Amino acid sequence: MSAVLEKPQATAVVTPVNYLLHLADNAVVLGQRNAEWCGHGPIIEEDLALANMSLDLIGQARLLYSQAAELLGNGATEDTLAYFRDVPDFRNYTLLELPHHSALVGYAKTDLDYGTTIARNFLYAALMVPMWSQLQTAADPALAGIAAKSLKEASYHLRHSRDWLVRLGDGTEESHARMQAALTHLMPYTQEFWTHTALEKEAEAAGVHLDWVQLAADWNALVDDALAEATLTRPAATGYVTQGKAGLHSEHLGFLLAEMQSLTRAHPGATW
Amino acid sequence: MTATNTPALKEWPLWEVFVRSKQGLEHKHCGSLHAADAQQALVMARDVYTRRQEGVSIWVVPSVAITASNPDDKGELFDPAADKIYRHPTFYEIPEEVGHM
Repeated sequence: MSAVLEKPQATAVVTPVNYLLHLADNAVVLGQRNAEWCGHGPIIEEDLALANMSLDLIGQARLLYSQAAELLGNGATEDTLAYFRDVPDFRNYTLLELPHHSALVGYAKTDLDYGTTIARNFLYAALMVPMWSQLQTAADPALAGIAAKSLKEASYHLRHSRDWLVRLGDGTEESHARMQAALTHLMPYTQEFWTHTALEKEAEAAGVHLDWVQLAADWNALVDDALAEATLTRPAATGYVTQGKAGLHSEHLGFLLAEMQSLTRAHPGATW
Repeated sequence: MTATNTPALKEWPLWEVFVRSKQGLEHKHCGSLHAADAQQALVMARDVYTRRQEGVSIWVVPSVAITASNPDDKGELFDPAADKIYRHPTFYEIPEEVGHM
């Protein structure tokens, strides 16, 4: 018999649960955080805009949690993953759980600072636009589908936050100073975008390929371009590198989850 | 910061928002909002007026660009048309060949 060259069997790529949870937790935590503006927006149009974007993010989280729940089995659902996991189980970037204010202790209550909100949304959207764009062609069809939908939403989030970043940066003396302070406060947390941890390695081994060099180049270009237009100085991203995606969080996530999860935990299994 | 001669606006101007729905051929007035400039008005109109898939296209127009008729002139402007029902094309037989008009 003649030797037949066998075509390598196309094996379906399945994104690891941990990576799906990382993406989902990012979305749900920022969605919950930004929802704090609901009813408190600086103007009604922005109030609606932020609530809209929170719903985009929560929608992304639902898709990702559902996919993770399917892989986990054992009765896991999007709800058990969002509402019945605790701080060390969450794999979001620390950046996304921080309050809408410069450094604070966890229990402090203070005014929400729109500059911080805008700066964070911008730094995150500038990452997610190129990331979803790459994941659109992921070998895992489920992840690729979620990425294609999320890319449109992230593109709008980038447009919205960039617009305000420029307006406030290149605005009055006060708005410029507050925008700069927000960036200086948040920029060190972006170091976590680029650490290559067990999370990324596991995903890579499973066949989820991200070109991190390209991603960083895209992110840097988006950030530099916007900051130049906003007449803001790019602060150094140095100091402690956060490890939220490994479950080591700031003191703020517990308070956020307590608020988000309390109703479901008080009435488990309730439907409406 | 770049030196600019335009001071920051204390009051944002008003914009009228027009949205064209998927089926509609024309943009319809759907409301108004305050925004610093036209681009911002567009973005805000998207968030305020198209959340339920109302539209596929948005126009914003500065409210000051609109000249409106005076409600007090209603009588002289519109009442004279009231007794001229022959202006409605209901008195004509439309030939079959014309089809839907």
